[in-house]
Amino acid sequence: MSAPDTSVPPASPLHLAVAFDGTGWHPAAWREPGTRPGELFTARHWVQLARTAERGLLDLITIEDGLGLQSGDHLAEPERRTDRVQGRLDASLVAAFLAPLTSRIGLVPTVTTTHTEPFHVASALATLDHDSHGRAGWRVQTSVRADEAAHFGRRQIPAVGRSELDTPRGRALVAELFGEAAEVVDTVRRLWDSWEDGAEIRDALTGRFVDRDRLHTVDVEAAHFAVRGPSIVPRPPQGQPLVASLSHGYEPSLLAARVGDVVFTTPHDADDAARVVDQVRTAERAAGRTAPPLRILADLVVVLAGTEAGARDRLARLDARDPLSSDALVVATTPAGLADRLLDWRAAGLDGYRLRPAVLPTDLDAIVDGLVPELQRRGAFRTGYAETGLRERFGLPRPTSRYAPRSGSATVPALLPGLAPVPAPTTTGSPA
Amino acid sequence: MTRKQIVLGAYFPGVNHDTVWSDPASGSHIAWESFEQWARTAERGGLDLLFLAEGLRLRTRGGEIFDQDVVGRPDTFTVLAALAAVTEHIGLAGTINSTYNEPYELARKFATLDILSGGRAAWNVVTSSDAPTGENFRRGAYLGHHQRYERAGETLAAVRALWDSWGSGAVVADQASGEFLSDARVGDFALSGNQFDIAGRFSTPRSPQGHPVILQAGESPAGRDFAAANADAIFSRYQRFDEARAFYDDVKARVRRAGRDPHEVRILPSAGVVLGDTDAEARERHEHIHDLQVDPWTSIVLAEMVWNRDLSSYDPDGPLPDVDPTPEAPRWIEGRAPLTQDPHATAAAWREIAAANGFSLRETVKHVFDRAVFVGTPEHVADEIDRYVQSDASDGFILGSHVTPSGLDEIVERVVPILQERGVFRTGYDGGTLRENLGLAPPARFGERRNSGRRAAVAS
Ligand SMILES: Cc1cc2nc3c(=O)[nH]c(=O)nc-3n(C[C@H](O)[C@H](O)[C@H](O)COP(=O)(O)O)c2cc1C
Repeated sequence: MSAPDTSVPPASPLHLAVAFDGTGWHPAAWREPGTRPGELFTARHWVQLARTAERGLLDLITIEDGLGLQSGDHLAEPERRTDRVQGRLDASLVAAFLAPLTSRIGLVPTVTTTHTEPFHVASALATLDHDSHGRAGWRVQTSVRADEAAHFGRRQIPAVGRSELDTPRGRALVAELFGEAAEVVDTVRRLWDSWEDGAEIRDALTGRFVDRDRLHTVDVEAAHFAVRGPSIVPRPPQGQPLVASLSHGYEPSLLAARVGDVVFTTPHDADDAARVVDQVRTAERAAGRTAPPLRILADLVVVLAGTEAGARDRLARLDARDPLSSDALVVATTPAGLADRLLDWRAAGLDGYRLRPAVLPTDLDAIVDGLVPELQRRGAFRTGYAETGLRERFGLPRPTSRYAPRSGSATVPALLPGLAPVPAPTTTGSPA
Repeated sequence: MTRKQIVLGAYFPGVNHDTVWSDPASGSHIAWESFEQWARTAERGGLDLLFLAEGLRLRTRGGEIFDQDVVGRPDTFTVLAALAAVTEHIGLAGTINSTYNEPYELARKFATLDILSGGRAAWNVVTSSDAPTGENFRRGAYLGHHQRYERAGETLAAVRALWDSWGSGAVVADQASGEFLSDARVGDFALSGNQFDIAGRFSTPRSPQGHPVILQAGESPAGRDFAAANADAIFSRYQRFDEARAFYDDVKARVRRAGRDPHEVRILPSAGVVLGDTDAEARERHEHIHDLQVDPWTSIVLAEMVWNRDLSSYDPDGPLPDVDPTPEAPRWIEGRAPLTQDPHATAAAWREIAAANGFSLRETVKHVFDRAVFVGTPEHVADEIDRYVQSDASDGFILGSHVTPSGLDEIVERVVPILQERGVFRTGYDGGTLRENLGLAPPARFGERRNSGRRAAVAS
């Protein structure tokens, strides 16, 4: 084994997450040799991916989801194409299935806030945390699509195209959905807190199974939902599973700043990374965040090969078949080239990265067998899992239930700042 | 002579008073290890299915959280998906109500569970019975009984239509030709009724069973008709032989009237089991357990469930309350399915039992709730289970014990082998889906008449 490269200043190791979606993030991925598109809707597909990611000691996996079929543009209805991967399994159940088959990696399904019931979401994620012994997270997502609203038929959402986002109508919709998302996350966190730790007392002497004084209603009345509580699920091992969301602009950053633990961002170069970090920190101040600062991970779509030319050729071949349009930067390089970039951008204040493999399992294998050893050689990535809990891995404390009595204070402190409207800065970024 | 094959399920001992959490053998009812152990035991015994109940609000009594029974439970879908990973053959049945869930999500989650488990998902459709549960959901407002069953019917129809909206060959995934989906209309649906007006495209492929197995638990006439029209199996509470037979006859007649073959619907009462090496030992053990289950306070609470009023001033060792039930009053105990459809008749029946036997309040309650249990030697319990099934008082049972999760061990180790020896219970799984293991016909596609070309669930 080679000695660590001392040219890299010692810093806290990178956080490295991997984002799973179908057969990979490139629309042509499913046509590639090495993919098994026929197995996409099987347990085997997911188990193999998760086990590989865990072998690579990655922090967590995210699993994409939505309440409608995939579309080329997140805001648009799906096109009626038969030549792209369409269809998904429910991400939270895939994560639940993976829980007993993995032991250390974080499991972070995407769960939508717009049409789902906060009560069910809280129960499902708390249970995932129980079943995985503290490895659960939540990738929060709003649903802006009119067709998805029609799947539920209880609320209409106007169709807003990408070009209309910066119109008053577009901004109003975004503000409504992200405001609601913040309320949903806050409600879910309240439900997680609604059982204080140790509420289950099993006191045979008095015949009491729980101490009812340690169970609390949450009594949330929001515009689109109301929840009384308490949760039906006892407080999960992490206290609160890790909450993550994706941000491309100010409004989503504000959502993360108000209610998140981790934010995924999409910088396109080192300067942009610095700007994005700044935007997140600004949003945190605007939101009056009192929780620990957001952990910022940058998203990159990765196409990896043994040589730079080989990687570029792979991407060109994929794009020739069906071009990829991506919010995140697409990087076609070698594992060493990618390691250079990850360490270079980190100076902007990033805590790590969420890599989106263009092709699964090909680019995941390259991450685990190429990038990870490369980063380890440079002393920039763990060589074993130290912690089991996901929050712990990010250095985040286990929150105390906001309902737990504190000496000298009779009021219920909010873990997160209130949800009063926060003024937007003069420049708005594009959301979603 | 052909004998009916017995269907056996296991329920997870949870939030009911028959769970004796103070028993030193009682483990966590939340921890994953409990569910895993329970599931592995059931599968070792070749049982047909695992069964989880549901409750979407904590139980309250007079507005206060009820703290004496087990409180809280994990999310059903999440636990079943995790159990799919550690079992291979056993069915995974989740109770999920149709009142506070939307068809699109229900269809996705059950299709996903069916896919991840290789065709082992089952949905026990309940409508939920108490208004305050609605306070936890967007829908908020409470639906009346009739509307809840209307919604159940429309939900199930919608879910079936969604499951059918992807044909079994919809995913082509042909890398050479570049055809991923067979047809651009895959997933299209449009449904409207009194409860729903929904349209679009469903996003999850057809699952191995096509339609996960449908269970139902509800006993009003509307509930029985809903089950007769829709269910593959019914989870019932009628365990006493004559009551079980009456329920069986009634529901099978409704199934016939609904134009279905009565053999298509399995009727599965829940049953607790207490074993002993001798009948006397089993009875003694049962007496001890039952004393813990229906302690003085619990006897008051169970009476309150019938009377729907505060009875805490009554002495458990004294006579039954001298007041009438007040079913019209706001519910005194919330978050628990009602014990009776007709409180006045039930109270009258309890009075008769008390008078005939000289029972106190608690003795009466203990007597009434005693009927849930098979008590005796393994041979005796096996005899009883078999007798019920061969005499058409049931098609099988969903079994449980008072201890979480290890209580199932002795049932699987001591009772199941006897049933197997008698040739009335499988000795191994044939590797099929739950639907196949239950001998149920493949689902008719939505809108088509369900035929009765089932495989016979009898062995010679
Ligand atoms: C044996 C049995 C088990 C039941 N289990 C549940 C349950 O786990 N969760 C639940 O919400 N309701 C349960 N119920 C009640 C159902 O919600 C049922 O739909 C409700 O009582 C209203 O229907 P009904 O009036 O036809 O009984 C159960 C009912 C019976 C008879």
